[in-house]
Amino acid sequence: MERDELLAPIVRRIVGVLTIVSLVALVLFGLWGAPTDEVQGDAQRVMYLHVPSAWLAYLAFFITASASALFLWRRTRADVWDRVAGASAELGVMFTGLALVLGSIWGRPVWGFWWAWDARLVSTALLFFLFLGYCALRRIPSSDPVGAAKRNAIAALIAFVDVPIVHFSVEWWRTLHQKATVFNPQLNPEIHGVMALTLWIGTIAFTLLYVYLLDRRYRLAVLEHGRADVELAHAIAERTGVKAGVT
Amino acid sequence: MSGTSLWREAAVVAGKDLRIEARARVALGQILPFGLIVILLFAFALDPDRGVLTRVAPGLFWIAVLLATLLAVGRAFAIETHHNARDGLRMAGLDGGAIFLGKAAAIALQLAVLEVVLGVAVIVMYGVDVHGLGVVLITATAATVGLAATGTLYGVLAAGLRLRETLLPLLLLPVIAPVMLGATRAFEDGLGGVPGDAWPWVGMLGVFAVLYTTIGVMAFGALWEET
Repeated sequence: MERDELLAPIVRRIVGVLTIVSLVALVLFGLWGAPTDEVQGDAQRVMYLHVPSAWLAYLAFFITASASALFLWRRTRADVWDRVAGASAELGVMFTGLALVLGSIWGRPVWGFWWAWDARLVSTALLFFLFLGYCALRRIPSSDPVGAAKRNAIAALIAFVDVPIVHFSVEWWRTLHQKATVFNPQLNPEIHGVMALTLWIGTIAFTLLYVYLLDRRYRLAVLEHGRADVELAHAIAERTGVKAGVT
Repeated sequence: MSGTSLWREAAVVAGKDLRIEARARVALGQILPFGLIVILLFAFALDPDRGVLTRVAPGLFWIAVLLATLLAVGRAFAIETHHNARDGLRMAGLDGGAIFLGKAAAIALQLAVLEVVLGVAVIVMYGVDVHGLGVVLITATAATVGLAATGTLYGVLAAGLRLRETLLPLLLLPVIAPVMLGATRAFEDGLGGVPGDAWPWVGMLGVFAVLYTTIGVMAFGALWEET
């Protein structure tokens, strides 16, 4: 199965329009629609971006791992899975970084410090580096595309296997040694109806944005691949003086 | 492939790597001194007079081991690049899993020697007392197997790539972060704390070691052929 486009043009257009509409709705609800939090004040509004980013990070890495598994399985092996895995990992790293930065911006006024050695924070930071390494591995050019794709797929799965180990070990570490975490119940009061709605809008908007960007990044990967072929054809044409047929 | 021939082939590969080390002495002459100077540098960074070094000794020990692991893994695959050694090993008809086990065993053995020397250095220079020697030894064994397995796996992944020297640390360190965490906590319990508290961490290290050894035996063949 060879696909030049991930989404059909009409689907892409619909996703794009819905992304813009939901992002505008998120801005309106996040800044004005949702009431100000009694305990955290306006800083709590950062959560409408932070929570969806964190969710997208996990979704993106899950898709990377699934696509890598599909590539490794002979019956479903296709370039489409390799490209989806790479595109999704890059987006995952972006959303993980965004979640960390936004969490830090939220933590400064609410906790009083930019960073805390909280279990969730530490494992998210490790997740960021795990897949940053994977993206760095993918960027290295190779003369053997199928071999490189196989290697990348195995690397994605090895990294993904580490996610639960990282999660549980960090969880143990922080809970065995400090009982009260910064996430004390008082900071998490009952969520107001409009607040929950805004969180949902944020999640939907970011998920749509992810799908749209995934499609665009996929297209870029196809074009990059095509460019390599075109350059090769030109190089051959220069050497031989024969115009090679560029398809 | 039958079980006995897998182990026999692994022993052949491990023997080859260790023989090369015995002749070239890179681990002994370069990686080991590197580990020792790291131990020395920590004393410059942290005031040795205030007992800080003694308190954080387990973490410093494992940081030094982790850094040395990066070098040992790089070395283990560098020896395959000269004189087409890689192609020779490929054509020898050995099972991928056996090559993985052999190379990992050779790395583990070299790390074990390194850990003994660094351990003595830490005890002497940082003034550390060992309360639960059994816990310390079991922790070190489980952690070393985990480090050697993941190191070998990422070593072959990066082998043959341009930029492998800079890529390997970025790939390997986040994956072995749980080993660093677990081994340090278990050492803290085994050295100065209650040795019995270390067992959950030892269990985690054991699971990590078994998991990545299994993945290595399964995936190494494909990576070895492709890259």
